[in-house]
Amino acid sequence: MHTRSQMNIVIVGHVDHGKSTVIGRLLADTGSLPEGKLDAVRESCRRNSKPFEYAFLLDALKDEQSQGITIDTARCFFKTAYRDYIIIDAPGHIEFLKNMITGASRAEAALLVIDAHEGIRENSKRHGHMVAMLGVRQVTVLVNKMDLADYRQADFEALKEEYTAYLRQIDVEPVSFIPVSAREGDNIASPSPAMPWYEGPTVLGQLDRFRSGGELRDKPFRLPVQDIYKFTQSGDDRRIVAGTIEAGTVAAGEEVLFLPSGKRSSIASIESFNTPVKHSAEAGEASGFTLATQIYIRPGELMVRPSDPQPEVGTRFRANIFWVGRVPMSPEKEYKLKLGTARATVRLAGIVSTLDASDLRLSRTKQQLDNRDVGECILETTRPIAFDLASTSETTGRFVIVDNYEIAGGGIVLENLSGGETILERHIRERESHWETGNVLAADRERANRHRAKFIVITGPPHTGKRALARELESLLFRNACSTYYLGMAAIEHGLEADLRRHGDHAEERLRRIGELARIMTDAGQIFITAIDDADDRDIETLKLLNEPNEILVVGVGENDFVSTTPDLDIDSIDDLFLAVSRIAELLASKEIISDYQI
Amino acid sequence: MNHLDKLEAQSVYILREAYREFKSLCMLWSIGKDSTVLLWLARKAFFGHVPIPLVHIDTHFKIPEMIEYRDRMALEWNLNMIYGENREAVVAKQTFPDGNTDRITCCRHLKSEALKRTLSGEWPRYRMNHDLKRYEPDEKNEPYTGVIVGVRADEEGSRSKERYFSPRDSGNSWDVGDQPPEFWNQFKTDFAPGTHVRIHPLLDWTELNIWEYIERENIPIVSLYFDRGEGTRYRSLGCWPCTNPIESSSRTLSEIIDELGSGSLAGVAERSGRAQDKEDGGLETLRRDGYM
Ligand SMILES: Nc1nc2c(ncn2[C@@H]2O[C@H](COP(=O)(O)OP(=O)(O)O)[C@@H](O)[C@H]2O)c(=O)[nH]1
Repeated sequence: MHTRSQMNIVIVGHVDHGKSTVIGRLLADTGSLPEGKLDAVRESCRRNSKPFEYAFLLDALKDEQSQGITIDTARCFFKTAYRDYIIIDAPGHIEFLKNMITGASRAEAALLVIDAHEGIRENSKRHGHMVAMLGVRQVTVLVNKMDLADYRQADFEALKEEYTAYLRQIDVEPVSFIPVSAREGDNIASPSPAMPWYEGPTVLGQLDRFRSGGELRDKPFRLPVQDIYKFTQSGDDRRIVAGTIEAGTVAAGEEVLFLPSGKRSSIASIESFNTPVKHSAEAGEASGFTLATQIYIRPGELMVRPSDPQPEVGTRFRANIFWVGRVPMSPEKEYKLKLGTARATVRLAGIVSTLDASDLRLSRTKQQLDNRDVGECILETTRPIAFDLASTSETTGRFVIVDNYEIAGGGIVLENLSGGETILERHIRERESHWETGNVLAADRERANRHRAKFIVITGPPHTGKRALARELESLLFRNACSTYYLGMAAIEHGLEADLRRHGDHAEERLRRIGELARIMTDAGQIFITAIDDADDRDIETLKLLNEPNEILVVGVGENDFVSTTPDLDIDSIDDLFLAVSRIAELLASKEIISDYQI
Repeated sequence: MNHLDKLEAQSVYILREAYREFKSLCMLWSIGKDSTVLLWLARKAFFGHVPIPLVHIDTHFKIPEMIEYRDRMALEWNLNMIYGENREAVVAKQTFPDGNTDRITCCRHLKSEALKRTLSGEWPRYRMNHDLKRYEPDEKNEPYTGVIVGVRADEEGSRSKERYFSPRDSGNSWDVGDQPPEFWNQFKTDFAPGTHVRIHPLLDWTELNIWEYIERENIPIVSLYFDRGEGTRYRSLGCWPCTNPIESSSRTLSEIIDELGSGSLAGVAERSGRAQDKEDGGLETLRRDGYM
């Protein structure tokens, strides 16, 4: 069994500063090219009477050759005596920043190439900045084309000083600087006789010195819940919480807490396929668990250990964002946030400052983030999410932003700003200040209807007879001369919601529409009834807010697992429909929504 | 975690992400070693189950053992097994083995076209009935919007540029120059109507990793990969008229791993036994048309 370790390295730098040549050299000098490849490329250069370039070795794709620039992240494999490397060639051309980001985010270390002759250019700075934001902590700077500077130590030192000063401003400290000539092979695989003044490692030597992985194991336990599986149809009754452990370790029997829902349970078993029974799992593992108690949780929650330092929960936070979308990021629009396995609707609530990564110019006046801007911003989600600050836990403290189906930006969380008014609360406040009523007042309607208005939400697991109950309640109230209406979900789906059906998950927007509708119906004096599958605390809270200032009544059917919500009425099961309906009617009477003699 | 554990964890994460995000998802199974490892990884991801339909394109020229192996595993592992084909081209003999087309055109007919129309649901799909142990026309014909494929970056040049989640437009074509960014394990899981996404959980694996993993997990693979006494074995599997075995006497997994490790195959491309790659434009031209 081979147990050699493997490491991903990214190579970045301004276009034409020599990345491809460095890679070509690394491949050639470690003997990693297919046999005869080098000769074949040399031969083809001779035939076309153009000078041989190590960079040609990389030109695997035709359009690359035709455009003369590296268009995408390409991966090359080579090995040293110590370990195997995958070198990710991230394009230097500004057009391809997206590709550079893709490449760099997969790397554990970066080589940043700067042309000694041309000096620090726009992308030398931008890439230095991006690599740091992406979380690559080990950066080595290759000062290339030293042959053009006659291998002068002074030139190398001057560039080193200038670039170190730049990196210091963005809190990056490179591991090392190496003077090289990729074309001539100086300091790539073997020390350069032309630069006896340099005493550090060669590029290959430096690669082998980079550290790999490690520390994540020792951090607080974090598992973003990716999915909940139950393969009952295949005769498997396990209910498995699945996800990849981002940090820390966990063992069977331990207590766990899910955020933002606040639900608790403990780990009954660690599940896996084709392995010996597992008693613990650690950072990096794509794992699965069964829980000791039946709780209802959703993908996107963060599973943590209650005794560990806790993550943040909130709807508003400060973040550093880099934007690579064609259309600018603007406060006018809604976006989708993906943080760990959580997804949420998000808005740009404010821009603190923007940074032009090329010249580090700071602006405090920009109203939007343009393509390739980096900005310190305030973001607001419509529902609470659990996260960490990037400074304490990197992998659970970063996110991407989706605009119009595309990942258009990424960012790291700097500070939790939650606690103030949420987007929803502000919406309600503004809505109510503009609400327009006719001349008929709520009190007039109550007097005429001889009951008060109410929004009744019946919720519980699917197939518990909630709909039948809701309809029966409507009939009973109607027979007793109440002004009432039952809203069926199918009616919404094909009507109010028809415009949403093409968009995948729109549960949040559906809820908003139901809530707004309830506000209107209760304003019209109705007892407005609806049945919703598996509403959680947050759903109820949202409906309650949206229906304000009118009142909501929650009926739980079967097993609900609310943490903060106490339903006004719990009905274990609807064996006797008449009895269940009567209980709701009695409750309405006791709350003086309807009067006793009405039923 | 060693390097195989890391590769496995990443692939499992990708598979779960695909399963979570795509309502209409399928996985291509060519019967070869890579997509068989992929299938095994799905069993890892879903704790012994494979809740994703497997699609195989039957060219009618596959080495017979491949089909026999496919159906045996489908029954044993309780797979939702589907195949599709280009019936018209086979019946009209518009193929290379029938002497009526060149190799590339044959691939285009029997594979690219068949695949495209099977995925879109335009052409019939056949599904394994586990009670009757035979295939039946499948009534479901919704297009697959997520297609999981077992390509690896180290296979050849054009594959080294793929993303884990790679969008294709309705014509199946791939815009290599303008791909969405992919970082921090966040992938393109939102897609516009009329487009679909190819998902590549094995992108970071090498040929050697695949064999090491097959050995570690003891995954049953089709015996064509081993020398069975003739001093040859297949390194890459396809249709019999266009696939040649390589000279090798490796009879076991560990012999294959040693052979790859020794570098004796280092100068030889993995797909060198696949004749269609060598024709003009070769694999890359085919890939742009949606070939896997
Ligand atoms: N003189 C000299 N030229 C170099 C060196 N490294 C690269 N070049 C040349 O710089 C040009 C751009 O190099 P390339 O590797 O394609 O740059 P990339 O755009 O960063 O990949 C090519 O013409 C190379 O031959 C070097 O060390 N010395």
